[in-house]
Amino acid sequence: MDLYLPIAEISVNALVIVLLGGGVGFLSGMFGVGGGFLTTPLLIFYGIPPAVAVASSATQITGSSVSGALAYWRRGQVDVKMGSVLVAGGFAGAGLGQIVFRQLQKLGQIDVAINLIYVVFLGTIGGLMLKAAIAELRRDKAAAPPPRRRHHPWVAALPGRMRFPRSGLFISPLAPLLLGAIVGVLTVLLGVGGGFVMVPALLYIIGMSATAVVGTSLFQIIFVTAATTLLHATSSKSVDIVLALLLLAGGVAGAQLGVRAAQRLSAEKLRLALALIVLAVALRLLIGLTWTPATLYTLQAG
Amino acid sequence: MRRAAVLALAWLFGVAAAPTMLITDLSEARIEINTTFKGADLLVFGAIQYPPGAVPDKAPDIAVVVRGPAAPVTVRRKARIAGIWINTESARFESVPGFYSVATTRPIAELADDRTTAIYEIGVDNLQLSPTGGTEAGAFEAGLIAEKRRAGLFREAAGGVTITRGVLYRARMALPAAVPTGDYVAEIHMIRRGRVIASSSVPIAIAKSGFERWIYVTAQEHSLYYGLAAVAAALLAGWIASLATRRD
Repeated sequence: MDLYLPIAEISVNALVIVLLGGGVGFLSGMFGVGGGFLTTPLLIFYGIPPAVAVASSATQITGSSVSGALAYWRRGQVDVKMGSVLVAGGFAGAGLGQIVFRQLQKLGQIDVAINLIYVVFLGTIGGLMLKAAIAELRRDKAAAPPPRRRHHPWVAALPGRMRFPRSGLFISPLAPLLLGAIVGVLTVLLGVGGGFVMVPALLYIIGMSATAVVGTSLFQIIFVTAATTLLHATSSKSVDIVLALLLLAGGVAGAQLGVRAAQRLSAEKLRLALALIVLAVALRLLIGLTWTPATLYTLQAG
Repeated sequence: MRRAAVLALAWLFGVAAAPTMLITDLSEARIEINTTFKGADLLVFGAIQYPPGAVPDKAPDIAVVVRGPAAPVTVRRKARIAGIWINTESARFESVPGFYSVATTRPIAELADDRTTAIYEIGVDNLQLSPTGGTEAGAFEAGLIAEKRRAGLFREAAGGVTITRGVLYRARMALPAAVPTGDYVAEIHMIRRGRVIASSSVPIAIAKSGFERWIYVTAQEHSLYYGLAAVAAALLAGWIASLATRRD
């Protein structure tokens, strides 16, 4: 079924977009990641202009995270206090990201920059997650008791501690505030929810209770992607509402299935699977950056 | 003085003899881009009106050009730096048509000399793209044309114009789905023995219509409300799906 997108200004196969949204939504519900790190590159690969892909992907993530977040909410797995701190940082980061985005666009380096940031972030985080997941799986086999969860020494050193009962934490809000800001920058630049940074950072750096991590990450994603949609809509006018709704149609259904699938799998195996997916995307993008491109020239209006 | 006299005579003679004229019409003067737009076929057709008794035995050549609004374009070239392909040099072209398609009766090189085809901008290599700065404008121009051709926005079709009984001509011009909106023009040139004898031009409007137009205009003019509506729609869709699939 062919459909003309009013902002992207191209004709697409609606079914392909819905299925793409569904597949990514499944991962979203399963891992608590927005899935934007898959949506954006796939949309660009399909032929959607990069600016539209980034902006519309952010809009889609808002919607697909709602169904996931509500599902976790009903199980009491969202720390609203921690989430609010992350959102506050996220808003500041989104504003900063918008300035960086425009600067890179002016320099004509936005597409290379987007790819490079993807490779660096996905590669690093995927590698760390893989290492941790393999270590945990080994420990399970040895039947040794898991080590006590503890946050990073830097986090413990920050002043002004607050209690986050749901997360089982007594730490300074500065650490999650900074984390939120970093993720906010990524949301604007890459069109990602940032769950792939947020989830491991909450687990391994902040040392948050694993049961609340995914729900709280989704909570933060909703607000920051909504702010990102507004930023893109008012400045670059590149939010394609039709594209976002098509992705959502598949995405919301996929997310519900993902949440259910996640309840049946062990946390260690989930983390291993996510690590492998993240690394695969990083590898694919690295190949794109280093192999001789089919065409050396790119056109930009203006 | 003498030159002026010759010109005046030629003009008088021309009026008396009635010059060859081209009459042109289009299948659609306005192309609407709606939800199901997948590209369009534009039929450019018409007749050659010769002065009485001057109909030649052999049909002339016709070139049909359809072009969209011109806009500046920056062309960037990638180079490998530390193993990674990065945009390095760039060149700017001040007037690049968003769409350019030419159909001719014969290959362009056989129609007329390079000077003539350059003056009338017949053929993608004859477009006046107005490059600014840069020593390698030629390489960047070739890159630009190749990219535009790949996107289907620059086209050349030798043999794309058919002439019937020496007086009726027609050309089917394909517009891709990615065609930019704006005010277009169809230019028809009649060429004989390497010279352009007659030309005509017809305007075409390509615009979004209905739902597409409404969304586009809202996004441009009421961008904050558009953004809020996009967020609201996303939240609502997520919430509805959550209700619909809730079982526990």
